[in-house]
Amino acid sequence: MGRKLLLEHINEPGIQSFEVYRQKGGYASVEKALKTMTPDAVMEEVKKSGLRGRGGAGFPAGMKWSFIDKKSDKPRYLVCNADESEPGTFKDRYLMEHIPHILIEGMITSSYALGAKTSFIYIRGEYMYIVRILEKAIDEAYAKGFLGKNILGTDYSLDLYVHPGAGAYICGEETALLESLEGKRGNPRLKPPFPAVAGLYACPTVVNNVETIAAVVPIINQGGEEYAKIGIGKSTGTKLISASGHINKPGVYEIELGLPVEEFIYSEEYCGGIWKGRKLKAVVAGGSSVPILPTDLILKTAKGEPRLMTYESLSDGGFVSGTMLGSGGFIVMDETTNIVKNLYTFSRFYHHESCGQCSPCREGTAWLEKILHRLLHGQGKKKDIDILVDAAKKIEGNTICPLGDAAAWPVASAIRHFRKEFEEEAAGLPAERNLELATH
Amino acid sequence: MAKVTIDGIEIEVPDGTTILNAARQIGGEVVPPAMCYYTSLKETGGKCRVCLVKVTQGSAKDPRPMPKLVASCRTPVADGMVVQNITSPDVLEARKGVVEFLLLNHPLDCPICDQAGECDLQDLSYEHGTEGTRTEFERRTFDKIDIGDKIKLHMTRCILCYRCVFVADQLTPERVHGVLNRGDRSEISTYIEKAVDNDFSGNMIDVCPVGALTDRTFRFKSRVWFTKPMDAHRNCSKCCGKVVLWMKGNEVLRVTGRKDRYGEVKEFICNECRFEHKNPADWTIEGPRHINRHSVISQNHYEKIDLQNLKREVERQIVFQKGRQLPEASPNS
Repeated sequence: MGRKLLLEHINEPGIQSFEVYRQKGGYASVEKALKTMTPDAVMEEVKKSGLRGRGGAGFPAGMKWSFIDKKSDKPRYLVCNADESEPGTFKDRYLMEHIPHILIEGMITSSYALGAKTSFIYIRGEYMYIVRILEKAIDEAYAKGFLGKNILGTDYSLDLYVHPGAGAYICGEETALLESLEGKRGNPRLKPPFPAVAGLYACPTVVNNVETIAAVVPIINQGGEEYAKIGIGKSTGTKLISASGHINKPGVYEIELGLPVEEFIYSEEYCGGIWKGRKLKAVVAGGSSVPILPTDLILKTAKGEPRLMTYESLSDGGFVSGTMLGSGGFIVMDETTNIVKNLYTFSRFYHHESCGQCSPCREGTAWLEKILHRLLHGQGKKKDIDILVDAAKKIEGNTICPLGDAAAWPVASAIRHFRKEFEEEAAGLPAERNLELATH
Repeated sequence: MAKVTIDGIEIEVPDGTTILNAARQIGGEVVPPAMCYYTSLKETGGKCRVCLVKVTQGSAKDPRPMPKLVASCRTPVADGMVVQNITSPDVLEARKGVVEFLLLNHPLDCPICDQAGECDLQDLSYEHGTEGTRTEFERRTFDKIDIGDKIKLHMTRCILCYRCVFVADQLTPERVHGVLNRGDRSEISTYIEKAVDNDFSGNMIDVCPVGALTDRTFRFKSRVWFTKPMDAHRNCSKCCGKVVLWMKGNEVLRVTGRKDRYGEVKEFICNECRFEHKNPADWTIEGPRHINRHSVISQNHYEKIDLQNLKREVERQIVFQKGRQLPEASPNS
């Protein structure tokens, strides 16, 4: 059994409420930080822990915090990114729904470390019921003196707000999120300046994922060095994985980083193997935007080493034979999956969600979708595959924000590893697909 | 001051200058094209991605190259920065891609478009695009909208540069138009088609790089290259009063602001000057205007060649060609 740091008390009845959460040792990190540590010491522990951003990019959280402009006399803000919209990712929802107080606790401790007097949780509009859960938790925390003026009798004060978005994937990009939080159209900003210098209302701001902020709680409770002992190399601690697709036991699992991918898929403790006794075909390991990998490359790296659930091991081999841990949206596909159809679904999503601000993404994502639609419906041409590869290449890296990359990577990788299937679609429909379309 | 090298040519510019503006100070072929950036409008730029360049050395202090191509219109220079524009095959390839993307949904109705002949997208696709198109899909279309009685919005042609939104934001007291919807369904719109009614709204026609916003008093009157641009001015209480009259014979067909070689108006004009004064007697005419950007307009050859200018241009080209470093062929290609 791997250690559980975030989901330890998930099965405790009433853990949603302040009382039960407090009984189980909740809010200890706030007491420890505010009463015995300086803000810099808290930041130092997070740095020592080696915690990396859990939203997808995997940037070291402590380093991100240290970039915040301390010389500025403007107020500082901490914003929690709860706009979890990456297809295949649902870990933050699970955590906020069942243990809302761990996020509130992490927000207080992190805000203290950053010197923020006002903090926000920006949550996607589709999670409206969680907004109510969080607001209830925040009310409880105010009533018990963990939020508001002079928390726990210290001279630190903090106000915490929940702000629902209107359901746009792009608002999960941190600068689009800040625009939206300011009440504007959710278009990503050009960087630099980065939010640490000019973020919310042009003030120094840190934007962190829900899970990153929640992980600050165990880090402060047990110390950064202790946390760093879990995991391998630069992938420390535990990670929530949203497992979905053709597996026996889909769900959210907390794993110690370093777990072999094979064990995660096949062990009874986690996914429980592929459903209906079928064989594994491919895995999208970190949410829909990361490259898809076929069975042989997801279980073992190109060098023949077992693939592990760490940032480094999953990206071993670059994009030629590797992928990314991303947000931990682990989508498993069995042997009956049509990769072209799967890719079309992803591309349709990115086309729908592109903000339309910069040309390669606005036009390119629509083009990718149209070509895939044509391929999938028997109208495809052989040159389409090359156009897909070329268009994806011209979107990647040339856009304002990473949405363009997110749209391009799945296309490039699916064709790289499953080109034959695309050629089959282009050459004509397989018989069973014809039937499926006819009966549709 | 910061010393930057662009395509092998060194120049010293004040700190905070963007790469694009540094390149414009050098002039000639090293200047990246720009479809959305507009000097006199704050916060424009970064959207169209045609001005992407490669920074092979960040600065003298931190010589690391920048990991991705950067938008030259919004990236400030640093001392010791080395930039590649037309000497980088990556940049040219990316730019070709952007042009293709911009044309995917553009109607290419140039033969009936008022902007033809002075269209930035025409110039861009001629200079940086490919000959053919690879798209075989129906293009997205929108209904034409009248924005007030003077401006026509033809959204189908729009490339979403956002310049007109910034005009409305920064030149007019109250913005009543913006961008609706998302992705390739985005459209410039006045909410509930409310008329834009203020003294400077006509400038959105001048800043539009394509034919999406056109002057209703000029629509279908003449191809621009059959008109003669003349610098003129009048005393105006609202604006600078410095304009270009586009004349055919003795008739003023339209009035616009004065665009520089990069298609940018430095001094915006009011709607009265633009729409209400179509009588040559209202104006003090200074003389023919030299249009060096859109070659097709200059085909009339009615103006005298400025020999001094020509000499300077030739000398500059010689210096440029000498300093130009062609990319070495990589062993893999």
